[in-house]
Formats: sequence, structure tokens, C-alpha cells
Amino acid sequence: MIQYEIIGAALVFLLSAALAWPLGKFIVKVFLGEKNWMGFMSPIEKLIFKISGVNPDKEMDWKQNMKALLGLNLLFFLAAFVILSIQGLIKFWNPVGIGNWEPTLAFNTAISFMTNTNLQHYSGETGASYFTQLAVFAWLQFVSAGTGITACALLFRGLTNRSSAALGNFYNLWLKSCTRILLPLAVILSLILTVSGTTTNFKGLQEVSTLEGETQMVAGGPTAPMVAIKQLGTNGGGYFGPNSTHPFENPTYLANMAENIAIILVPMALVFAFGFYIKRKRLGLYLFGVMSLLFVSFVAISAWQEVEGNPNFAKMGLEQTVNMEGKEVRLGPVASSMWGVSTTSTSNGSVNSMHDSHTPLSGGIFLLDMFINAIYGGVGVGFINFFVFMVIAVFIAGQMIGRTPDFLGKKLEAREIKIAAIVVILHPLFILAGTAISSYLVTADPELGWLNNPGFHGFSEMMYEFTSSSANNGSGFEGLGDNTPFWNIATGLVMLFARFLPIIGPLAIVGSLAVKKHVPQTAGSLQLETPAFASVLLAVIIIISALAFFPALTLGPIAEYFTF
Amino acid sequence: MDSTNKILNKNILKGAWSDAFVKLHPAQMMKNPVMFTVEIGTLVMIAVTCISLFVQNGSVGSFGYNFVITLILVITLLFANLAEAIAEARGKAQANALKKTRTNTMAKRLLVDGTVKMVNATELRKNDIFIVEAGDVIAADGEITEGFASIDESAITGESAPVIREAETDHNSVIGGTKVLSDTIKVKVTSEPGESFLDKMIALVEGANRQKTPNEIALTILLASFTVVFLIVTVTLQPFAAYANTMLSIAALVSLFVCLIPTTIGGLLSAIGIAGMDRALSANIIAKSGKAVETAGDIDVLLLDKTGTITIGNRKATNFYALDGTDETSFARLCAMSSASDNTPEGKSIVELAESLKVSIDDLQDTEVNDFVKFSAETRMSGVDLKDGRQIRKGAWDAIEKWCNIEPEALQAFRDKVREIAEKGGTPLALGVDKKAIGVIQLEDIIKPGIQERFARFRKMGLKTVMVTGDNPLTAEYIARQAGVDDFIAEARPEDKLQYIKKEQEAGKLVAMMGDGTNDAPALAQADVGIAMNSGTQAAKEAANMVDLDNDPTKLLEVVEIGKQLLITRGNVTTFSIANDVAKYFAIVPALFAIGIPGLNTLNIMGLASPQSAILSAVIFNAVIIPALIPLALRGVKYRPMGASTLLTRNLLIYGLGGITLPFIGIKLIDMIVNIFM
Repeated sequence: MIQYEIIGAALVFLLSAALAWPLGKFIVKVFLGEKNWMGFMSPIEKLIFKISGVNPDKEMDWKQNMKALLGLNLLFFLAAFVILSIQGLIKFWNPVGIGNWEPTLAFNTAISFMTNTNLQHYSGETGASYFTQLAVFAWLQFVSAGTGITACALLFRGLTNRSSAALGNFYNLWLKSCTRILLPLAVILSLILTVSGTTTNFKGLQEVSTLEGETQMVAGGPTAPMVAIKQLGTNGGGYFGPNSTHPFENPTYLANMAENIAIILVPMALVFAFGFYIKRKRLGLYLFGVMSLLFVSFVAISAWQEVEGNPNFAKMGLEQTVNMEGKEVRLGPVASSMWGVSTTSTSNGSVNSMHDSHTPLSGGIFLLDMFINAIYGGVGVGFINFFVFMVIAVFIAGQMIGRTPDFLGKKLEAREIKIAAIVVILHPLFILAGTAISSYLVTADPELGWLNNPGFHGFSEMMYEFTSSSANNGSGFEGLGDNTPFWNIATGLVMLFARFLPIIGPLAIVGSLAVKKHVPQTAGSLQLETPAFASVLLAVIIIISALAFFPALTLGPIAEYFTF
Repeated sequence: MDSTNKILNKNILKGAWSDAFVKLHPAQMMKNPVMFTVEIGTLVMIAVTCISLFVQNGSVGSFGYNFVITLILVITLLFANLAEAIAEARGKAQANALKKTRTNTMAKRLLVDGTVKMVNATELRKNDIFIVEAGDVIAADGEITEGFASIDESAITGESAPVIREAETDHNSVIGGTKVLSDTIKVKVTSEPGESFLDKMIALVEGANRQKTPNEIALTILLASFTVVFLIVTVTLQPFAAYANTMLSIAALVSLFVCLIPTTIGGLLSAIGIAGMDRALSANIIAKSGKAVETAGDIDVLLLDKTGTITIGNRKATNFYALDGTDETSFARLCAMSSASDNTPEGKSIVELAESLKVSIDDLQDTEVNDFVKFSAETRMSGVDLKDGRQIRKGAWDAIEKWCNIEPEALQAFRDKVREIAEKGGTPLALGVDKKAIGVIQLEDIIKPGIQERFARFRKMGLKTVMVTGDNPLTAEYIARQAGVDDFIAEARPEDKLQYIKKEQEAGKLVAMMGDGTNDAPALAQADVGIAMNSGTQAAKEAANMVDLDNDPTKLLEVVEIGKQLLITRGNVTTFSIANDVAKYFAIVPALFAIGIPGLNTLNIMGLASPQSAILSAVIFNAVIIPALIPLALRGVKYRPMGASTLLTRNLLIYGLGGITLPFIGIKLIDMIVNIFM
């Protein structure tokens, strides 16, 4: 049984990689504005540019592009916040008549979806009308993923520039990322899901007779399209509260495989796309290799822990079984671990099992995944995070071979390192400071009622919430009473800063690299496509992410594991 | 200077210890963010130690333990300061050795009215003129305005063979403190006392005015950010532990912090930088800035003068080829006569070759000679006009060909001979008498042994070597091939060098060159690393960013290696320092929570005896690793020319993997020793 599950997980990985390769090539065509088979979208795109009065051919430098990115996202946020606050007044597509939202929850949720996080302090089927689901959530899931992909495109361009500040046009790249990359993929996936049994309707609660002969009210709605973009855009916000554990979101083992592939597909493709874009396919493969090494090891550890199960069962004289708590029987432990690692490495955040119920080390792996936040990573931003690791790895390795370091032929100097250094601090700062404040509050006043689980596990829950916010992941460890003003505002702010600062910083680096003169590569230059550099990269990732969080992990999952 | 070449000696060490204490001043420590935070941690611990005399609770801890930790932190700071102080002291010692040569001497100052007045050297001002006779010590840096002299520069360069300095040549500079061995010269002072070029550069070497190099600044920023990350880790640990009902002592938290931040590289960083300049100085190269040394490691293209770098000394005449039936002996005599007034090494070698063929021109009388014709760049010929009306001219073959009227058949034979010589790497000179080409002289270069291997190594490192020579393209190509250089500039004029440098720089490459003449100045200024010979003109020295006291063209190669060594040392110590954190975590983290969460003791894989000894051992290891690495920092990591990837793999294995494993062993050993006393 387990071996079939392992084959299933392996298939998901291999199919994703196999599909990501051609998708990467296609993405590069879109980025470079080369002719591609999605050209038929051109009239619609032109119409949108005409209406909005944007000149898509205007070349902009990194600052202008960042202004465009931030401006557009501010609009998205305001619109979402307003709609959520007055949801009850909108009668359209609101058959159940769901009401207005409390402001801090609306704030948190609007930011959550704008930042591609999809942290949900509400429950989908009871909190949001169909109109909200589509016009706010699904819409933001599209455009926030587009924002990430566009940021990545700007980064690629800057790295290939030879003494030119122009990074392309944000609006143009953004619209095309949505219409030509995300839209077709989402259409394909929602068709697959609809065929598998995911609901697509606009009816209200439906009365169903169960096998026992009782009647039950069942929520439906336009699920398939939303699930498609939630996975492809590494959003993760579920249509239903239980997310992808819900049979209407994730009906069968095969649908589960398709969704899991969708989670890692675009992030993987962007790694290959980097190789194609800078015309160094091998480098793309090497980076993919470094990420995959971590990914596969993490899946292996997590799955092994789940299959081992809870040792306390044996101690109590019960039969030792795999840990099925919080898991779907139709999916099993390996598919749950595979999904868990996929969703946490890519900042997706959808779940097909309760992460809270995973064994301690498995939960720790999910945390570690989000600490790193660059194993494939969120669409676009994952690669940008990885870029920061690369900058630091190149800086250290460059010196070790006796040259002042250059990255892809551009000298890394104090200015670039300064920005990278600040970006590196952000993630530990948000997570550790946030967790420290909440730990302090909980210790000071145990009556707050945030934690359903005391002890190390409660600590993990709080740390998971901040980690998920800072990584723009959005999955919850659950078990945490998070719909309170403190959590809504704190995580809202963390999501906001953790989304945009790590985009602005690296693009500032690229903006400064773009105008630099190109240094020709010689036999004395650092060769990136080597096992030696891959080791440095791996070490930098592990040291920056793991070392910064090791004490915290020790108090959470590791302490729990040893005291099990 | 021998004693200073030793990494450490007693005198240096004694002075350095007191400097190490002086450097504890916060204003000084601020320059080094990593060690500055250690100092703040130490101050916190001093306060906690005092408080623990009166108050006893879990977070304050016991007095004795706090005292020991505080003491180790102070020692850590002192060790880091010591590293810097030693590096500075070594620089000073070398600079002093140079300065000693410029103690007060008397100078014969030439006054406007032509009289000579004895003045103290310190009274000499810029543009003053003084006379130096055989046996005198030159009082100040200057340029010879009249005359030539052989000078013993051993006081500065350590080289005992005297050198010739002459007015109106590219070797017209004299250095204060050197001694004139023969002849008399007039010297114009080029700088105010204490502000001579050398004085300024010595001040730089001493470290007082040392500025951080760009790469050092970038690394400092990165290290500072790591420090901030670990500060966040440590500060937030307190509420985490409080939540887990575990009491953490301040001593434990400060220890964790100090162990995690990159103190090893933080403590050694400036020492490594200073030592880089010291090493250049040991090689008798004075760099105007640390940046120049750092840039040297990045050089992609080396412009190497053929003479002295690739070939030994100068070309020598090795054969006379008479043409047109001229007999050998009279041809040899004509050759020698044409070179009678030619003082260039080539000219002298022609006379020597003639003498070896038993042909002498000693009997050449002044009466026989009407006029000696000096070499001019226009005609590219030199020679002699005799009283009997004969005109003898020697020069580049094409110049002679132009000058002479050669019959077609004769021309063919002439050109064949020329090509034959050139193809074998020789330089053909031609001799003409009364506009008739009568023969060809073969000049040959002798390539330095071992130079091919050296260039091959450079190629592996990605360096392109370019030979610069005044030779014609055929000869240049032959020698270039023999020596194994990648490219050559034949018939090079100074502006050709400049053009070549600009062309390479446009392609983004960094170029190094060495030069001495005033006409080299633009190229020296344009080059990313320009080394002027100390014997060169003032203009050349001003334009360059390094000066070679030995006037040795092969120094270019050494400078590149010193630059690379500097960066590699920095990179390797950084890697080592950060890799150490893994073991320190395994020592401290289980110790922190050993009481509150006993299960975590499984992480104590080193089997350290007690939580307290574990923390103590980690902090001690953290302190002692700094002095243990001082010799490495000062000497530099041994540089081996090899491909970039091989080098990276090698350094990763030694400093990365070594950095992970060594502290496991070290901390365990220290723990065993500590437990004897605890």
C-alpha cells in the first residue's frame, strides 16, 4: 500500500518537472514578448490597455516599475476591503445572505489575498458570498499571482541587461502574465477538476438525503475555477473552510494529484525559465537541483514520520499505525506529506490534511519550508527570494576563489550587499518578533483563549501563524483562535511588509546591477554550474534559514518530538 | 627587514598587547560592528556580574559563573584587537625600516647665484636644487636635472647591484637615503619634507589612515546583518523560554549571542586587510591604497614588458650576416663602428660580438669620424659619418631599406635574410653604407626559464597575458609563442598600450601594467592596477597606484597573487566562522533548555558534561579560535594557482567542512579540561 503511495508522490514530482520544462520555455516567450500561441488574447489585452490609458510599450526603470506595482496593489487592496466591509449590502450572487465583515477581519483578509498569502481567519462557505468569492478572492488570486510573476520577469530582465536601466513595462508584463500564463492553465485545471467532481454552480445550500436517510444542507458554488487559480497561483485560499480536504474541492486521488502538480508547476517552471531567459539552461537545472534536493528530502522525512506514526500508541499497548489523524482516508499519509511540503515550500498554503495533526518533525519540516520560503517558492517571489540567497552565496564563494564577487558578470558591491542583508533580516524579524510578542502576551495572560493546545504545540501554532504570514503562505496550523483584532492586525501587517519589501529590495539590487558594466567570464571566474557552488548555495540557505530559527524550532517541534 | 618578515616577534607582540587594550575604546570598536556588539554584551555581563553579588535568582545566575563568562568575553575582545594591533605593528616595523634610510643628512644646496651652501636635509623645499657627489647620501627625493650617476639603492630595495640614473631619461628619479657611488649629479627636489611620495605611502602602510576597501565594506555589512539576525534570535528566545516555563540566565543568552555572531571573521577582518598591504610591502611594493591590492586579485589582463619579464635582460647581437659579397671581417667592423656611440644595450652587444670575432674599433680615431648620428624616432636609424665621406647607418631593416637604393635581386636576398631571422624570433637590424644595404645583424632574446609554466598557471586562473615589445610583429609572435603568452603588442608605442588597455576595459576587463617612463603615465593611470618602477619618472609614479621599489617587472605577477590571497583569506575565514555555528548550536541550545525540557538532551551529541560547562566551553572555543587564526590571517591562505572550481572545492573542504567539524572536537576537548576544574 505504502509503495503505491510513494509511487504516487514520485509521479507528482516527476510530472510537475516534466511539465514545468516546456512551460518555462513558454513563459520566457511571454516575458520577452515573442510570438506565442496565446497571441489570440491580443485584442482583449489591447482593449484593456486602451480603457486604462496605459502605454504597454513604455520602458521603465526599476523605481517606475515598483511604483506601478505598488499603486496597482493599493487599488486592489482598497477595492477588496470595501467590498468585504459592505458584503451584506450586495445582494448579487449572495443566495444565503451572508453579512458585512468586522473591519480588522476585512483588513486582514484583503491584505491576505492581495499579498498572495490567503491566510484565512474566516471560513469560506459561511463567511463569503459567491460574489465575494469570485470578485474578491478569485480575482485577487489571479492578479496577485500575476504581480509575483511580473516581479520575477523584471528581475530576469535586469540580470541580463548590459548597462541599461530599463526593466520593461510592469503593466504589460502583468496583464500578459494573467491572460497568457495563468488564465489558460486555470481553464485547463478547472476542467479537469469539474470532470473529477468538483462543484461549479451558483445555487445556495442544497438539501441532500444522506445514506442514513437523514437530510443535510450542503454548500456548493463556483468551486472548480477558484480552486484552479488557488493552486496555480500559489494562493491557497480555500473555497470551503476545510480547504482541499473538502471533497468538493479535492474529490479524488487523481484530482489530488492534479492539484498537487498545479501547486508546484509554475514555481518550478520559473526556475527553468530563468535558465532559458539568461541563456544558461544548465544554471536553471542546477538551481532546480539544489531546490529539489531540499524538497525531496523534506517530503521523505515528513512521509517517514507520518508512516511511523505516534510512538505513544505502542507505549499504550495499542497497535502501531500510521498517523491518520487529520488526514483524508482517500489520500493517505504520503500524499498528505507530499502536499504539505509542496504547499509550504511554494507559499501556496492550501492543505489536504490538517498540518496541526502531523507528527512533530513533519510539522517542523513544514515550518522549515516556510523559513526558507524559496524552494521553488511562491509564483515569482519564490525565485526572487532564492535570488537573495544566490547573491549572498556568490558574494562568499567569489571571495573564496580570490576575486571580488560578481553575479552573472555584474560586480556585487556594498550597495547590493546592503540591500540583500536587510532583506535577509526581515523574515526572522517578522517571525521571531511576532511569535515573541504573542508568547509574551499568552504567558502574561493565559486567559486570552487563543490556544486550544497548551505547551510546545501551542507555541508551534503561534509560530506557524506568523511564519505562514511572513512567508505569504497562508496555511494555518489551526488550533489557534486567530480571528481576533490582535491576530488580524499583526498578521495583516506582517503579510503586507513580508510581501512587498522582499520584492522591492531584490529589484533595487537588480536595478543597480542592470546599469553596471558586464564583466567577462574567464577561467578565474566563479562557475555557478558546479557542485561546489551548489554546496555553497545549499549551505547559505540552511545557515541563514535554519540557524536563525533553530532555537525556536527546538522549543516547538523538536522539543515536542523528544518529549513525545 | 628580515626580522619583520617573521609573523610574530617579541617586540611586536609586546607593543600589540598594550594597543589591544587601547582599542577597547568604544569609538574605536564602533568601526567593527560585530566586535562592537560583543563589547556591549560584555558591558551587560559586567553589570550582571556586579548585580549577582547582591541578588540571586534564575535569570541573574551565580557570581562566579558570571565572572568567568565576563572574563572570557573581555579576552575575546582583546584577542580580536590583538590581531589588528599585530598587523598594524608589523606594518609600522616595515615602514620604520624604510624610514630609517631617511634620517638627517646634509645637502649641498645650489643657490641661485651658483654658490653651494650646506643645509640640513629637512630644510630642503620643493624645487630646490642640490648637488650630490660620489660618496654622498642623497638628501631628498628628486629628479636629476643634470648628469648621471651610479647609485646604491640597497638601503631601500635590498638589491646590492648599483643602478644608473640619468637626467632626461626615464630613469631620472633618485630616492632620499640612497647613496651615489660615482659621478656627480644635480637633483631637483620634488616634494616638501615629510610629504614625499614615499612618506605618504608609508603613512598609509602604517595603518593610521587605512580606509576599508570596497569589498571589506560589503563584507562588514553582511556580517552586521548576520549579527542582527542572531540578536533577534537571542532576544526573542527569552519570551519563548518564558512561555515554555524555562528560565534562561542572562549569561547563557549573552554567551549564545556571542558564539553565534561571526566573531572569528569579525575579529580578524581588519588584520587580514592590513596584512595584505604588509605582504605587498614585504615584496617591496608600496600600494597607494588597500583597494589597489584588492583590485589586483581581479585583474584579467596583464600587460607585461617583454624585456626583464619574459626575456632575460636585453637582446644581444648573436650573428652578423654580410650580404652582397662584403667580407665578414670588414662587415663586423662596420657594424661595430656604427654602434660606437650607441649606448643602448643592443648597441653595446654589437660591439661585444665584433670583439669576440677579433674585430676591434679601439683604433677608431676621433680624426676619422666626422659626426656621430644619434638615433631619432623619425629616421629610426643611428650611425656615423666618417671624414672620408662614408655614411654608415644601422637601424630597423625597413628603415634601412627605405634609406638605401637596393637593386631588385639584392632586395630579395635582403628580405629573405630579414624574414629568416625574424621567423626564428630574432630581431633583424640592417646596416647600410652610403645608401647601400650591406648586411643584417641578428639580435636575439633569451626567454626566462620557467616562464612558460608560470603563464600556463595564469591561464588556468583566467588571466590573459599580453607581451608588450618594440619588436616587429614577426619577432614578437615568435617570442610570444615561445613564452606562451596569449597576445602581444608589437612595435608598441606608449599610446598603443593605452589603446590596448582601453579596448580591454571596454569589454569589462581589468588591466594591470607596469611602466617607468613619463610617456607611460597615461597608460599607468588608465590601467586598473598600474605599477611604476621606483626608478621611473615622477609623472609615472604619480599616475600609478603602486610603486615597485625593486624595479622588477615580474612583480606584476606577484601583485596579482597577493591580491587574490587577500580575498581568499577573507572568504575562507568568513566561511569557517559561519560554519562554526553548527557545533556551537549543538553545544549551547541543549544546555539552555536542559533543565526545562530534559528531552532536548538528546541534542547534546558531544556529550558535554553539564549545561554550564557546555556554554563555557563554547565561549572559550569562540575566544581562542581568534588568536589561533592570527598567523593565518597575517600570512594569508597559501595561494595555489588553479581553476576557479577546483579552488572553490578545495577551500570548501578545508574551511567549510573543517569549520563544521573542528569546533565539535575543540569544544569537546575544552569541556573535558573545564570539568577538571569545575
